Amino acid sequence: MSDVPSAEIWITIAVLAITTAATRAAGPVALGGRTLPPRVTRVIALLAPALLGALVVVLMLGSAEGGELEVDARVLGVGAAAVVLARGGTALPAVAVAAVVTALARALLGA
Amino acid sequence: MRGVNILGHPGVREGLRLGLPYALASLILGISFGVIAEPVIGPLAAIVMSATLYAGSAQFAATAVLASGGSALAAIVAGVLLNARYGPMGIALAPSLRGGPLRRAAIGQTMIDFAWAASSRGGGRFDPAFMVGASMSAYPAWVGGTAIGVAAGDEIGDPSALGLDAIFPAFFLALLVEGELRRGRPLVAAGLGSLIALALLPLTPAGVPIIAASVAAVVAGVGRSEP
Repeated sequence: MSDVPSAEIWITIAVLAITTAATRAAGPVALGGRTLPPRVTRVIALLAPALLGALVVVLMLGSAEGGELEVDARVLGVGAAAVVLARGGTALPAVAVAAVVTALARALLGA
Repeated sequence: MRGVNILGHPGVREGLRLGLPYALASLILGISFGVIAEPVIGPLAAIVMSATLYAGSAQFAATAVLASGGSALAAIVAGVLLNARYGPMGIALAPSLRGGPLRRAAIGQTMIDFAWAASSRGGGRFDPAFMVGASMSAYPAWVGGTAIGVAAGDEIGDPSALGLDAIFPAFFLALLVEGELRRGRPLVAAGLGSLIALALLPLTPAGVPIIAASVAAVVAGVGRSEP
């Protein structure tokens, strides 16, 4: 065990469990099950591509701590996946190529 | 939800089945969380955290804050910032949900990045049953993986050597290319969302770039109507 006090650990877990559940429930409870104005619906429909684009960038170039760009072997792996997709490949081969290329780049280049 | 009947739903079963390859990735990421978290917060807390949060990035971030000597408050802020993306993700999902508020809240609990993204059907529609199934196939892998990592500790090498951290960005890219980018506005939203995230990545705490990318949906959505 580390020297992190036990109370700090369990308070962190309890508060995060509650806030995570509340955040996951918020959108479905507030906006689900009713008809929204067309303009609102149109913006909501565009949240998926906007958030997916951001997730690609953050997972490819971000670090766990945040506040920095971290260019490493992931870029090569995701780039290789992009080539597979551009040539008409589907998600599963693209993902497999991404993992293999990233692992090889780490092994060979130490990136 | 309808309790035990849930596994009889064809959409749930499809999600369970198609989620399996990614459940394997969750297993290995869960193992790496267990390995990293056990020395910081102890074996029981690591497993309880995975079982009650089911949110990888927030768990890694909160644990990293505690490991570096940060307070519970700092760890909570880091975790809340990372999980705030479930706000806009849940808003995107909401129009596709049927039933009362309790049922909708319960379905919202199965929201993890991968299952949410994989259940997107383009044009703003989602298949909630598929999301529930895909999330259910990854949950035991995530919690069980954490337990394995806790038990195995240092015996296991560095999982990043397997290139697993490239799996999810590649998967989300594939979903964008396959499902979302057929028409004008989604392309603008995805491009702008990526640029916002890229611009904020070096400047803000983790989590903020993804939430801020929601602005791209508003910008792309309020322009003049398509011809």
